[in-house]
Amino acid sequence: MSEFDQMYREVILDHYKNPRGHGLIEDADAHAEGQNPLCGDEVSIFVAFANDRETIDEVKFSGRGCAISQAATSMLMEMVKGRSATEVATLSRDALLDEIGIPLSPVRIKCALLGLSTLKLALHKAKGTPLPEEWAGASSDLELK
Amino acid sequence: MAVTAQRKLDARKLRADFPIFEHEIRGKSLAYLDSAVSAHKPRQVLDKLRTFYETSYANVHRGVYTLSELATAEYEGAREKVAQFINAPTARVFFNDPATTESINLVAYAWGLDNLGPGDVVVVTELEHHSNFVPWQYIAKRTGAAFKAIPLDEHGELQLDALEEIARAGNVKVVANNLVSNALGTINPVEQLAAWAHDHGAIMVVDAAQAAPHHAIDVQQLDCDFLAFSSHKMCGPTSVGALWGRAALLESMAPFNLGGHMIRSVKLEETTWGQIPFKFEAGTQPIAEAVGFGAAVDYLTDVGLAAIEEHERELLVYALERLADVEGLVAYGPPPERRAGILSFNLGEIHPHDVAQILDMDGVAIRAGHHCCQPLMAKLGVAATNRASFYLYTIPEEIDRLVEGLHKANKLLA
Repeated sequence: MSEFDQMYREVILDHYKNPRGHGLIEDADAHAEGQNPLCGDEVSIFVAFANDRETIDEVKFSGRGCAISQAATSMLMEMVKGRSATEVATLSRDALLDEIGIPLSPVRIKCALLGLSTLKLALHKAKGTPLPEEWAGASSDLELK
Repeated sequence: MAVTAQRKLDARKLRADFPIFEHEIRGKSLAYLDSAVSAHKPRQVLDKLRTFYETSYANVHRGVYTLSELATAEYEGAREKVAQFINAPTARVFFNDPATTESINLVAYAWGLDNLGPGDVVVVTELEHHSNFVPWQYIAKRTGAAFKAIPLDEHGELQLDALEEIARAGNVKVVANNLVSNALGTINPVEQLAAWAHDHGAIMVVDAAQAAPHHAIDVQQLDCDFLAFSSHKMCGPTSVGALWGRAALLESMAPFNLGGHMIRSVKLEETTWGQIPFKFEAGTQPIAEAVGFGAAVDYLTDVGLAAIEEHERELLVYALERLADVEGLVAYGPPPERRAGILSFNLGEIHPHDVAQILDMDGVAIRAGHHCCQPLMAKLGVAATNRASFYLYTIPEEIDRLVEGLHKANKLLA
């Protein structure tokens, strides 16, 4: 299979059709919404912390979008569960892109990172964790609330 | 003018003029269904560019030496060709960079700022490309004029019965419309709109970016006041377009870009402007690109705009037939008789990015997104669509490959 055909390889399709961590959390400790107005991808992220108010005990996402954005966010949910908020707030985009494991054009990278950007915003709103420096430029066309 | 029997164009033969089709992309031959965004270039245009640079290039108008004269002759010759292409007097056409967007901005600023104010109405439509929407919206805001959009019906055609109500909002001063919609392919009733505009003492500005490559344009018949179009969408180079305007308006308008060449005399106390079209061509223009634009006009005139239009309509009918068999496909826009060779559609719940990506895997190029028509997308109730568009070099096999790709997308993601 060419590296290109891998884009819709089994793992991606699996996460797209059976997304992990899909749903809502009532009375979530942290919450944010993001959308890419250029194409209509939308995501809502909900986080519940453990008693130490730092470890991500439960994390869920809902929304709609292209296969890459949905699969990436699903993978993200698996990646961050059980990790600390501080750690996740500084999770690099490369870490997520490596996990996705396929080459993405700049246009599709935006799709892949929507969930991560929204999660970081949720943590920032709840706990004041830092926002990524590159948001001065890169993510500015994502509408994050 | 002699009426000649319309020749049917031979797309396969014309395709051989375009070197890009000799290349494989990702190991597949190119099925290019995105001419609405930009068209490919025939050898005739590419050769002209090269020859010009190699034998006749110099800066134009000012030089006394022979080479400059040669270049000037080519540049002004291109201007004449472009003017004839739209049946306009030569002196009213000038070159702009970048193309249509710059041209419309020029009119919005240079005409709009001096002619719009509170109580006036700027009229666009829900179908406009952002380049014929945003400048007007901005200028309306800056001048205090009202900003109205003619709404669409469910076929993607303008609801002209809304005009009366729009006129009640104030003094209609400008109506701006695309002759052909880049998203839906709708062919708009520009002559009717121009007549209505003139009845109300307004000017008519036509965005012909999508129309000029595919349909014969006659500014005198359209009776519009400004018309803009782009070279790159009609097989010419990027970075140049043409704006035509009525002499009286151009004479009375303030210049837009100022500097060298657009002046008559410059003194510390005062500067006077050059005559049109030079008044609107400050600095060094895209000389070679304009010459290439002229070569593109020659190429298209040779193929025949009527033949191009017929060819695209046949492809559109074929495409609609074949797409009817694709599960979950929703096509937008008017019936083939009232639209150009552009097809916007969605495939069930599958996101356009994914559709376009899957098609790309098999060498099929379409566009996915809002096509710089966010107001239209909002009206359709979607964030994005897929768009296939045709041109003189499009062959039915490319449509077949599109359909195959859509079936594949359904299998993978539906």
